[in-house]
Amino acid sequence: MNRFKSLIPFVGLLGLKNAYADYTVNLTEGVTELSRDIHDLHMLIFWICVGIGVIVYGLLVYSLINHRKSKGVVPATFHENTKLEVLWTVIPFLILLGMAVPATKVMIKAYDTSGADMTIKVTGYQWKWRYEYLDEGVSFFSTLDAKSNLARQLGSEVKPETVENYLLNVDHPLVIPVGKKIRFLFTGADVIHSWWVPDLGWKKDTIPGFITDAWAKVEKPGIYRGQCTELCGRDHGFMPIVVIAKTEADYNLWLAEQKKGSDSAASVDVSSESAQVQKVESSVPSQTLHDDSDKSQLMERGKAVYEANCLSCHQASGEGISGLFPAIRNSAVVNGPVADHIHLILNGKPPLMASFKSVLTPDDVAAVVTYQRNALGNNTGDVVHAGDVKELTK
Amino acid sequence: MSATAIHDDHHDHGPSKGLMRWVTTTNHKDIGTLYLITALVMFLVGGVMALIIRAELFEPGMQFVDPMFFNSMTTLHALIMVFGAVMPAFAGLANWMIPMMIGAPDMALPRLNNWSYWLLPFAAVMLLSTLFMDGGAAAAGWTLYPPLVLQTGAALPFTIFTIHLLGLSSIMAAINIIVTILNMRAPGMTLMKMPLFVWTWLITAFLLIAIMPVFAGAVTMLLTDKFFGTSFFNAAGGGDPVLYQHLFWFFGHPEVYVLILPSFGIISQIIPTFSRKPLFGYSSMVYATASIGFLSFIVWAHHQYTVGMPVEGELYFTYATMLIAVPTGVKVFNWISTMWKGAISFETPMLWALAFVVLFTMGGFTGLMMSISPADLQYHDTYFIVAHFHYVLVPGAVFAILAGVYYWLPKWTGRMYDERLGQLHFWLTTISVNVCFFPQHFLGLAGMPRRIPDYALQFAEFNAWSSVGAFVFGFSQLIFCYVLIKCIRGDGEVATSEVWEGAHEHGLEWNLPSPAPYHTWETPPHIN
Repeated sequence: MNRFKSLIPFVGLLGLKNAYADYTVNLTEGVTELSRDIHDLHMLIFWICVGIGVIVYGLLVYSLINHRKSKGVVPATFHENTKLEVLWTVIPFLILLGMAVPATKVMIKAYDTSGADMTIKVTGYQWKWRYEYLDEGVSFFSTLDAKSNLARQLGSEVKPETVENYLLNVDHPLVIPVGKKIRFLFTGADVIHSWWVPDLGWKKDTIPGFITDAWAKVEKPGIYRGQCTELCGRDHGFMPIVVIAKTEADYNLWLAEQKKGSDSAASVDVSSESAQVQKVESSVPSQTLHDDSDKSQLMERGKAVYEANCLSCHQASGEGISGLFPAIRNSAVVNGPVADHIHLILNGKPPLMASFKSVLTPDDVAAVVTYQRNALGNNTGDVVHAGDVKELTK
Repeated sequence: MSATAIHDDHHDHGPSKGLMRWVTTTNHKDIGTLYLITALVMFLVGGVMALIIRAELFEPGMQFVDPMFFNSMTTLHALIMVFGAVMPAFAGLANWMIPMMIGAPDMALPRLNNWSYWLLPFAAVMLLSTLFMDGGAAAAGWTLYPPLVLQTGAALPFTIFTIHLLGLSSIMAAINIIVTILNMRAPGMTLMKMPLFVWTWLITAFLLIAIMPVFAGAVTMLLTDKFFGTSFFNAAGGGDPVLYQHLFWFFGHPEVYVLILPSFGIISQIIPTFSRKPLFGYSSMVYATASIGFLSFIVWAHHQYTVGMPVEGELYFTYATMLIAVPTGVKVFNWISTMWKGAISFETPMLWALAFVVLFTMGGFTGLMMSISPADLQYHDTYFIVAHFHYVLVPGAVFAILAGVYYWLPKWTGRMYDERLGQLHFWLTTISVNVCFFPQHFLGLAGMPRRIPDYALQFAEFNAWSSVGAFVFGFSQLIFCYVLIKCIRGDGEVATSEVWEGAHEHGLEWNLPSPAPYHTWETPPHIN
């Protein structure tokens, strides 16, 4: 398959950039036994198709060369041959049988989620993932990293080429141990998403109100990236998945660290490449924020929360999108009573506005409310603290 | 009602003159022309949407449109190409050709015919008008999956009513075609003597009558979920979002055969003519078409391998889907055997037909690969799928339509099309369509999901290729428009009644004068 890489000079000829990251032309073998089985099955069918293709196209080309009018041939008049017709009905059927046997084996294996060592629940949100380690009490959200998020805005100054793992990096990756059979449970919070990491060999839809499952046993430590594969609204293309597989010892270290930190603000420092990006988003650790913190600190944190959670719909300008996402700028809610504003963020408003009760900490809510009330064209002068938010959630 | 006189331009011979001729017409040729022109216009409109998509995907990063508008473009591109371009084009060809091929004076239900056409432009305009509504056009994909589609703004009810209108139009056209074929055949034209194009349309019409009500019902349930408090697809109210997918694909899978069976028919008309040899395996062609029609109803959930069906369900749909390869293979083998030891010549219609056989088979191979459910856990919703269905729908359905138009255009207009321009159109289109869609196989296998407006850097090269191909493909169709206009204006060599060497043995239509008079077969021919 490497010969396809010789296409690069032609791309150059077209005047296109050829400085992009390395690309591939075939399915990955992946890092689990199942993903290898699926890859092998894929290659088996591929070569069967190539074989049939060579015969069919070969006959066609032979006929086009030798049976043409310009050669002065007199056309034959035959128009049926029962033996031949039975033959080319039966032989393909037998080939299909030969393909169905391995396919059945692999599918049954893919569905066998029994005997798992641990369970992770994955919830799809518009447009982020939530991971819950059900046996450990650890859970966190995983969103597109801040640098990609900046670069992917319409007309952004930041060039995608300058962002490492553009659109394939997140703030909080999923961390799993190698050599353990992990059962994944999937559900959706709002619409249907689909969780796909090619190296694991499969994808699974996350359906609101239902639980689906799948499993993986990763063999070697590494960083494996994937994306949402079910159209889920405006930012469907911007909710990547990063799975970091660690040795059991490293995983346990990581887990212990998580348990020390707060629940939903779990901060993961797992790889140098994602670490620096993470800092941008949660630069203010939650411990340093107290109810008496000053407005500028709240505004700074609120801006980060806004960009990670609100900007997709309500836009960088706060003007929203007419008919779908209301403007924050001059909004009656944002300029009305503080309690109503907090209430809307905590509880959402169907069908589009999500509930952020389980997504944001009271500190985050206070910060983003303060930010919205004093930026994006609003100027109420209100400063909201975590205490105000907690008051309302009692 | 004038008799079957021969004239240079049949457009001058409607019962009324001017615009009202087209509004009130009940003539199958007029209505066929209306369908075909509508299809061409919508093909260009849907094509512009495709080019907006490919322009945005030319480079990584967002350059031109908001992601929401991008999603509207993918949604409308598909809806317009399927319901506005390909289906009306087939309806147009059916209107023009079926009566001429079976020796009938017109369609059986001419007024119904007028109505089923005239719903179409209004439906199309309504669908396009949703682009200007509050919240933009529907952006949940042409499959309109809930709960996402319920987040659509003001466009939702209009999109759903559009589907109702299009469904009504299709059902009426299908009824008309079935009644015409079953009742209006000339004496001696038994079912097993009918041209393959007529057979494939007969089976297609039955598919349409069976599936359009299902789709209309499913979208109506969306409507009541949104506005009348029902919970068909809402788990919180006891419903199930996946139920919609089952209903949709029970419609959607036969629907893709609605888009391909008439193509098989067209190709089965063209290959014998230019091979100067009768079609090989006529009866097995008929049985293969019927088998594909039947199988299409029992394979729908292969579009849903990743929703978490029971493993038994996955395996059943895998086996059933794989079976489709058998009758489809029979067709391809029959076409090649038709050419075998023929005297082949390469006029433009034959070139399109050959490209169809080669490239549709490629789409068939990827289809077979995707039928294998474990492998589809990787392929599903990636660009591999996008490549697959564009191979069966563009070099498949669209090439067959182009082949048919070049094949019958001299019969319609009385003029030969410009062969040099026709071949230029063919080569530019065929090369660019492969530059556009072939790299998408690689993109999908390498991990690029479909329906995303921006992508990671490793997908950049092939996306750039694909966009270049798409633009060349799009602009090549202007040559086609020019060829059509030239023929319609009476510019070009005068066509004989036979048009193609020896064609009178390959169908009744070649025994009529060129251009075909306004009324044909008022006295039915007798078939031995």
